[in-house]
Formats: sequence, structure tokens, C-alpha cells
Amino acid sequence: MTSAAEPRAATAAPAQAPRGAAARALRAQALPYLLLAPSLIFLAVLFAVPFVQTVLLSVTDGGRLSLANYAKMAGDLNFTLSVRNTFALVLTVIPVQIVLALGMAMMLQKLRFARDIVLWIWTIPLAVSDLAAGLAWFAILQDSGYLNSVLYSVGAISDPQAWLSYETPSTLFLGIAAAEIWRATAIVLVILVAGVQLIPREYGEAAEVFGATPWQRFCRITLPLLKPSLQTALILRTVLAFEVFAVVYALGGRNFPVLVGEAFVWQHENQDYGVAAAYAVLVMAVSLAATVVYLRALRVPREQQS
Amino acid sequence: MIAARRLVFATGVVALCAWVLLPIYLIALGALGGRAAVYQWPKSFLPVDASLSTLGAFLAVEGIWHALINSVIAATLCMVFSIALGAPAGYALARFQFRGQSAYRLLIMLTRAFPLAMLALPLTVSFIRLGLYDRPLGVALVHTALALPFAVLISSSLFMGIPRELEEAAWVFGCSRLEAFRKIVLPLALPGIAAAAIFAFVISWNEVFAASVLTVRERTLTAYLLTVLSESPVHFRLAGGLLLIVPSVAFIFAVRRYLFAMWGIANR
Amino acid sequence: MADIRIDRVAKSFGPVRALDEVGLDVADGEFVALLGPSGCGKTTLLRIIAGLETQSAGRIVIGGRDVSDLPARQRGLAMVFQNYAVFPHMTVFENIAFGLRTQRADAERVRGRVRRAAELLHIEGYLDRYPAKLSGGQRQRVAVARALAVEPPVLLMDEPLSNLDALLRLEMRAELKSVLRESNTTTIYVTHDQTEAMGLADRIALMHDGRIEQVDTPMAIYRRPGTRFVGSFVGSPPMNFLTVPVAGGRGRLGALSLAAPIGEGTLLAGVRPEDFRIGPPDQGLALEVVVAEPLGSHTLLTGRHERQQIRVIAPPDQEVAAGARIGVLPALSRLVWMDPSSGRALEPAPAA
Repeated sequence: MTSAAEPRAATAAPAQAPRGAAARALRAQALPYLLLAPSLIFLAVLFAVPFVQTVLLSVTDGGRLSLANYAKMAGDLNFTLSVRNTFALVLTVIPVQIVLALGMAMMLQKLRFARDIVLWIWTIPLAVSDLAAGLAWFAILQDSGYLNSVLYSVGAISDPQAWLSYETPSTLFLGIAAAEIWRATAIVLVILVAGVQLIPREYGEAAEVFGATPWQRFCRITLPLLKPSLQTALILRTVLAFEVFAVVYALGGRNFPVLVGEAFVWQHENQDYGVAAAYAVLVMAVSLAATVVYLRALRVPREQQS
Repeated sequence: MIAARRLVFATGVVALCAWVLLPIYLIALGALGGRAAVYQWPKSFLPVDASLSTLGAFLAVEGIWHALINSVIAATLCMVFSIALGAPAGYALARFQFRGQSAYRLLIMLTRAFPLAMLALPLTVSFIRLGLYDRPLGVALVHTALALPFAVLISSSLFMGIPRELEEAAWVFGCSRLEAFRKIVLPLALPGIAAAAIFAFVISWNEVFAASVLTVRERTLTAYLLTVLSESPVHFRLAGGLLLIVPSVAFIFAVRRYLFAMWGIANR
Repeated sequence: MADIRIDRVAKSFGPVRALDEVGLDVADGEFVALLGPSGCGKTTLLRIIAGLETQSAGRIVIGGRDVSDLPARQRGLAMVFQNYAVFPHMTVFENIAFGLRTQRADAERVRGRVRRAAELLHIEGYLDRYPAKLSGGQRQRVAVARALAVEPPVLLMDEPLSNLDALLRLEMRAELKSVLRESNTTTIYVTHDQTEAMGLADRIALMHDGRIEQVDTPMAIYRRPGTRFVGSFVGSPPMNFLTVPVAGGRGRLGALSLAAPIGEGTLLAGVRPEDFRIGPPDQGLALEVVVAEPLGSHTLLTGRHERQQIRVIAPPDQEVAAGARIGVLPALSRLVWMDPSSGRALEPAPAA
């Protein structure tokens, strides 16, 4: 892409008005920056500034720099629980989603018949709010819900079982995990499908002719060449996973503390902005750490890029 | 042998489709099944007594309509802002080579991979001071920050897909830069920009955390539902969920081709 | 090494018939080129042999073994792709070793074979490099080495030189020929470039509209084309086809009366531009020169004779200008009679 040429007006004889031509050239150079400026200013005000503010809020107590907020956060009863729950959720859900999305992407590659429709159906959850997803699974998992109805009709249970209650933390966890997997696999799927399509068909065909089984083709050719897409998908999905909130609320209320949920409670009910900010910084730090890990682990050295 | 494998494959595909569609079907069933059906046990999987009464009762609850309207306002504003800010940036990225280009791209990527909604927390304080607290406009601003990266990326790939030669031809034939953009590029880009706009709308419509933090009385639908979640009866929650799902799914269905194109998914 | 038999292979894509009952026998160690314009079905046929496409009908038999129903990976073949398909995330060594590794060859054998193949293609110094650091020509060598390393019964090549620049193409062609001759590999080579086919192949199979029009050695195809299509496709500049009225068993061509294979009617006389001799305008065919292009090694004359366009190759020093009227004499032993409606070549008449 070369620098855009100016419209015809500028090709008029430059010798006559050198200053006018210089001004036009300057304008041409400034144009891209002018076009970018509004979005940059917006992001500076609504992203950079609040970011700094969050950090400051978390280390301020009564007008002075201190780590009291973090102490309060760590000392809270729900803190360890929320950290453990959030990490357990992330570490369970993400591997399942990666495997599932990979499988679905491979299936889409093989589909000839109704590929468009299937792709469209499988990406519907992208349009669903996490709150709505939680509510849909609530309809399934609630005491008088559809799961119990099915189990009852096949005779597995005789009375409605509680899956989402305080006394059944493990099934509550599984229920939340199921809802998250249902909701967010589409995000990973879309990125992986785009990545798979970037792999030239000949690589797979060459592998096939030279004797590779479908599994060997997948492991030795497809997966390595999918590294960039996997990296993007993992970063995006992990950051979003640490923010899990509405799904948990819809299914478990406050029975299942998570990091963002705690931040919300401290802000909204306890009116303690400092501790809420501390939680926010924790989430941001964890997301950043995960991103760095992915960037390192799934890096494709320059010499191996196609 | 091959036929058996084909059958397993097809079964897998169908099973996954069913798995995706089932919860949506069930929440619709629950929301449209009438009051009695909600508490009935065991539940039937078929729509008996389908009625809009639950939905009607839901909408009649005080504050719901208001919340709906707030959601629409916030989403519409988000849509307008995202396009107004994002499309010019996308055009700049597509057409020009300039210093700081990759830094800008990096910044955009960064905001996507960042727990943005958390920034609603400190913004509460600023918004209170600026009088933006508890107003759809404030919520819209935060949502715009969420949707902006997508708007920039979508419009950037959109404009890159329109050959620069078309604009240059217009210039040769006497159009100014702005005229050429308006007459040549815009009509070609309009469907894609509309898709980006709708995507921004859906992002705002669906967002929960920031909306809940930044509103008290002028809640959006998501914020309203979240705050009354524990006290509300089941049919109420399901009706609310359905109301959240239907517009989003319908809108995304309408613009799916452009979204797939943005993510780089070609039609074979 | 093995022979390969293509037995009545047909392929349809929906209503389009890409291959129409194609048959071909390739002997052990032979190099056969599938030559034809784009869309003639040559690549489809190659992919069916490889197992990357399934034929609608017919069989493929390699070394006596019917592979028609086997998936590609079980056919034991090797292929060089047009875009090389060299894996970017593996070193050159790993690329060449790929086919051996899927066969689970032991490390010793892998090393030996890879080294040998690399030496054949003069890339033994690049074994640790990644393809991104190689030029197009070098990547091409890696692709060929990868194919040769597995010592396949049949080697398939899909327009492997078409993505190289002209000079490199020439060099690679010569190298390819000597390498393949040394390894005596049965090779099927797809190309649309008739020079390539002429230079490399033991036999050429000319394809047109999903059918093989003629299979023969390059010189036989050049000298005795079986159809008008073959005559016009092979040889550059293309063969001239002159309409000749025939009466009483003799065809009239300019001032010449030629023995014709039929008694009455119209025939096409196929004469290559280099098979004309220039003489006085009252002998042979009178030619009014429209364009004279001095091309260095020869002069290409384009002219008109009785409303028909003829191209003639003249020696480089022949001073002929546009507008000149000259006479051209066809070498009668090189003339090919063809039927105008069917395009098929006819047997020459007994010398008269």
C-alpha cells in the first residue's frame, strides 16, 4: 500500500503556488492521523485514564498510598473461595473448549452438504448474552427443570434433585462449567475456523500422498500451522473467562463466589470502591500474566512462518 | 465401512447442533409455556399451552418497559458512536501507510484482550462527577469502548476489500476526496458498515457488568434482570432471558456473512 | 519401480464430464507427460491416480495392484505439487524425511535416504534451514527431494516448474531430466507447456476436453499429429492448416498438384512453418508478406495466400520485407493431410 495520491486538484501546476502545494501535501500527510484521532482520544479517556484510576484506587486508602485495600480483600472470607472457584472454572472450561472447538472446526472442514447452516447454528451462542445463557441453563438445571424431568422419565430419580444449591457445590460447579462451555465455545470456534481456512489445501494433500493418516495429518500439519490462531483464541477466551460473572449469578446466585462477582458486591453493596478496584487489578494482572504465557508458549519463530 | 464412519460423523454433527439449540429452545419453552407450566413437574418437552401470557405479564411489571427502552437507547448510542469513531480509523488503516500504524493496531488488539468491563468501577466515580452516572449515555460510552475494536477491524478489512483504484478513478474524473468517498466507497461499504453497527448494538444489548455498575434507577434490561435475579420468580427470569436472546440472535443472523468475513471465514 | 495402467477412468463433477473413459499404459521406468490446455482434465487425472479425487468409473492398477479403492496414503506414491507444498514449520531435513517417517523407517535409513536425495538435488547444505529462508527454486528442489526420498513406484508431478521464472525453469528442466533418468522412476508429469513436455518426456499423452487425443513419442507427435488439435497445440509457432480442394485424386495448392489420399472433396494440409522453402513466386504457393519479424535465430514471416494466413520460418539472413511477394514450397514428406470436418489425420497417398 503506497501512500495515497491526492485528488486531481493537486496535480495542477505546482510552480504557480508553491505554498498552496506544500499546504496540501501537509494535509495529505496529516489525514490519517486526523481520522484516527477521535478513536484515540476516546480510548485514552475511556480506557487509559480509568485503567490508571483503577490502579490508583486500589492503592489508595483514606487519601494516602497504602495496600490496605489489598489486605482487606485478601482477608475477606470469600476471597480464597473466589480465587479458587475462578481458577477452577478457567482451568476446567478452557481445555474442554479448545478440544471441542478443534473438533468442530475439523468437522466443518469435512462437511460438504450443509456447511453454512451448521456453521451458523454453531455460532449462535456468540449472540447470546452471558446472563441469558445462565438463565437458559437455569431452566434446565433448576429443581423443576428439564434435566430433572428427563431423569425422572427414565426412572433415574423419584424426586426433583437440587443441582444448584448451596449444599451441592460440585454439581453447581459442573452446571456453571456446562453453561460456560455451551456459551463460549463459539468464540474459539470462529477464530479456529478462520485459521484452518488459511492453511493451504496442498499441505494436507501432500501429507496424505506421503502416507500420513488423518490423525497424523492433524497432529503434524494442521495443529502446528494453527498455532497463531490458537494463540489468539486462547488469549481472548482466557481473558474473558476470568471475567465470568453473569452466568454464575444466574445459576448460583452468591453460592459460588468468583472474582468479578466479589468486585461487584464490594462496589454495589458495600460501597467500597477501593477493595472493588483491588479485585479489578487482580483480574487484570491475572489476564496479563496469562496473555504473556500464551505469547511465549505459542510463538511461531519468524523462520517458520509461511 | 466408509458408510458407517459417515453415519457416525453425521450423528456427531447433528448432536452438536442439537446441543447448541436445545437450551435456547428450552428457555423459549419455559418463557412461553404459560404460568402453570413453569412450576409443573416433570416438565414436558413439547409446547403445550403455548401462550404469550408470561411474556405479557413480564412486560407489565413496573420498570421493565423502562429498562427495555434504556437498553435500546444505550445500544443505539453505542452503535452510532462505534461507527462514528471506528469507521474513519478503519479507513485510515486500510488506505494509508503511516508511522504508528502498527502501534495503533496493537492498541486495538490490546483493548480487545483486556477485561474492559472492569473499568466501569473507577468510571462510576468520574461519571457521578460529570453527571453521566445512572444514564444510558454513560453506559453507552463504556459499551462503545468495548465495541470500538470490532468496529475498527471490521471497517478496516471492509475498506481494504474495496479497490483503491475506484477512488483514484473518481479523482481523475474530477471528484474531491470527500465526494469520491461519498459517491463511490460508501455505497459499496454500506452493507459491511451496517453489519458492524449491528454487531456493536448486540454487544451493548448483551453486556451485563458495566451496565449493572453504572446504573441505579435507569437500568438497562440486563442490569435490571441481574439485580432482581434472586427475588424474581422463575417465569420472570425466563421471560427476561428470552427477551435478551431473541433480538440478538435475530440481528446476528441477519449480518452473519459480514461477521464471518471479518473473522476471515470464507465461504469455501 | 512399477508400471501403471489407467483403465477407462471417467470423472464427472455434477453434469460436467471432466474425464471421458481415459485409458493409458505407462511402462516401468517411463516418463509420460500429460499435456494439454487448462480444463482438459490432466490435473484431474493426476489427482485420481494419486487418490486425492475419486473416479466416477474405471480402475487404476499400479505394479499389478488395483489401487482404485485405496485412499491416497495407502497407494505408496509420491507427488510434487505446483505450489511445492513444502511444510513451513519443518526443516528441509524433516520435510524430505516426511514420507519416510510416516512409513516408520528407522533413523539410520531415514538419514541415509534424505542425504542421498538432498545430494541428488544439490541441497545438502540446506538441511537445517526452514523453507521460509529458501528461494522458490530451492523450495522446488526440496519438494522433489521429498518425493525421491521415498523411492516411490510411481512419481507424480503437477506442473512443478510453472511457478519458476523462465531461466530457472530451463535449468530445472535439465536437472530434473538427468535426476529422474538416474533414478529410473516411473513418472507422470502434468504440464500445459509443450516445450517442457517435448523436452522431458519419453512419451506425451495429449489431452483435450477430457480425452486423450494421442499418445506417442515427442517427435512422432510433432511429425505425425493425429488430429488438428494436436498439430496446432504442439510446436511453436503453430502448424499451418491450408484448405486444399481435391479433384481426381490430386489436391491443388498454389502452383502445386499433390497426390491426395481421397478422390474428391476438400482436405486440410498441415505444414509447419519451418517446413517451407522460399523460392520464386511462380513456383509453390504465392505468399504476400504482411509482417516480417526478425527474431535472431530466424525470421518469422506472416503472410497471405489466396485469403489464407500462413506463417513461414525463414533463415535469419533472408532479406524479406513486409509487402514482398515470394513463393514458398512445402516439404512434401512433412505434409500431413487432415479431414476438415473431423480434424483427423489421413494416411498419406502412395508416392506419386
